Amino acid sequence: MLSEIAKKKISELKTKFPERKSAILPAMHMVLEEVGFYNKDILKQVAGLLGLSEMEVAETVSFYTYFPKEGVGKYHIQVCTNLSCMLLGAEGLVSYLEEKLKIKVGETTPDGIFTLSAVECLGSCGTAPMMQVNQIYYENLNRAKIDQIIDDLKMKK
Amino acid sequence: MEKILFKYIDFPEQYRIDTYIKNGGYRGLPKALEELSPVQIIETVKKSGLRGRGGAGFPTGLKWGFVPKDSQKPKFLLCNADEGEPGTFKDRSLIENNPHQLIEGMIIASYAIGAHKAFIYIRGEFAFGAKRLSEAIGECYKNGYLGKNILGSGFDLDLDVYRGAGAYVCGEETSLMESIEGERANPRLKPPFPASVGLYKNPTVINNVETLSNISHIVLNGGEWFANIGMPKSTGTKIFSLSGHVNKPGNYELPMGITVRELIFEHGGGIKDDRKLKAVIPGGVSTPILTPASLDVKMDFESLYEAGSLLGSGATIVMDETSCIVKAAYRISKFFEHESCGKCVPCREGTRWIRLILERIENGKGREEDIELLRDICTNIIAKTVCPLGDAAAVPIMSSIEKFRDEYEYHIKNKKCMVDLGTRFV
Repeated sequence: MLSEIAKKKISELKTKFPERKSAILPAMHMVLEEVGFYNKDILKQVAGLLGLSEMEVAETVSFYTYFPKEGVGKYHIQVCTNLSCMLLGAEGLVSYLEEKLKIKVGETTPDGIFTLSAVECLGSCGTAPMMQVNQIYYENLNRAKIDQIIDDLKMKK
Repeated sequence: MEKILFKYIDFPEQYRIDTYIKNGGYRGLPKALEELSPVQIIETVKKSGLRGRGGAGFPTGLKWGFVPKDSQKPKFLLCNADEGEPGTFKDRSLIENNPHQLIEGMIIASYAIGAHKAFIYIRGEFAFGAKRLSEAIGECYKNGYLGKNILGSGFDLDLDVYRGAGAYVCGEETSLMESIEGERANPRLKPPFPASVGLYKNPTVINNVETLSNISHIVLNGGEWFANIGMPKSTGTKIFSLSGHVNKPGNYELPMGITVRELIFEHGGGIKDDRKLKAVIPGGVSTPILTPASLDVKMDFESLYEAGSLLGSGATIVMDETSCIVKAAYRISKFFEHESCGKCVPCREGTRWIRLILERIENGKGREEDIELLRDICTNIIAKTVCPLGDAAAVPIMSSIEKFRDEYEYHIKNKKCMVDLGTRFV
């Protein structure tokens, strides 16, 4: 699953920190960038590259919600639904996306392109409502903007 | 008042080292390295009265002074950029738009405490901010501001960006250290405090982004200059993140001690759609809620505490008359249930029960005894957990009952909201 370059970069992390386990999260960020998700095999590979046990890696990774598991769509839409966004229509935004993508929160479109998630505060409360698609923030959202964003992503596929 | 931290926040390409220098950057650092001893810097910061901007408000100079001078162990400086307190978005702006201001502060702080290794722990979602920081750090190494023998002073420092991965609890200092050590981010019992046993069991200082961004200005202009801004015990400026039902949401850098009214009505342009104000949360969702009766309270550590709330991160969330307090409390409870790390039973179980009870009230299935039950659960969380997340989960719920009990009672009796929420998404 991982490219030779990624493998090399991950093994280099092994000696970067005073303790080897410190390399787990940086390695997982590399996995996210390259593969977009993780599964058991990837965790095993990461453990091997860092010289850690599979259990040590899984134990740490399972604490953190940022890394998506296998099955996530190509575009992971994460809508902030915390208080400031809620006050300015996050629920309406989620319903509109559900309607538009014909899926519910937590689901992925049958073609594997979109996954829709409702998430906690993304630190963009002054530009509510907002969402994150993979690494990109989209802010001050309304129906017209959502139409445009989804159309653009569909075109790119 | 002239802005300090946000003076160049909108300046084109302020994130680049040459622009930063052109606008007066990297002047505090040579002064610190050439003219001041580490002890003198700590004294200057003490004199400035600067207090932690992450929420707790601990005096920064005092914290630095706790690092044992005679210890042979390596020392670490950590910047807490795990900005996740709902309502807060100031550190993100400081990082994305003026990363060198933060880095300069970090180099000076490292020199003051004798650290040769520093990390910026930034929440995973801030991918753009992490990139900006990494680029800025690269510029620093190239220009002799980081690495060996900084500016010919003999002082060495390595600085790294460490990306988090979606856990709010990592904003708690010891959880953050656990996270960098590659562990599940469960907080540690204190004492020992990080100043003696911190990252990799070594002496460690951890400060918020906004706190560290102030340092170069304090070194350059002196502690007294900073102490003369704001209030006697809450000195300097504060960046207030204003959100919710206001006409002009955004970050506002203002002197400590401006009133809630000034922030919302003068700077924030008042309530959206000319509606009436119902409630304000002044320091992020973990701080107690205020009613319009508190509009003239000053926004600083002491005044907000006296008014029954907290300055927290300065994240001010405004709710107009169409907001339902029960619904807001329910939303806050979902957040804390999700973010509780599970180490302490009162927090792990309590946050779930708070959410379940608020959910049933919100859904028209509340029972008359639920209000007292909620208060009982909150009381059994407060001060009974290792880290402040437990208190943070309970305190806003308690205050919402105290201030808006009628809304809870109406909800339970009539099985619906007191107000027509309408839809905000257009």
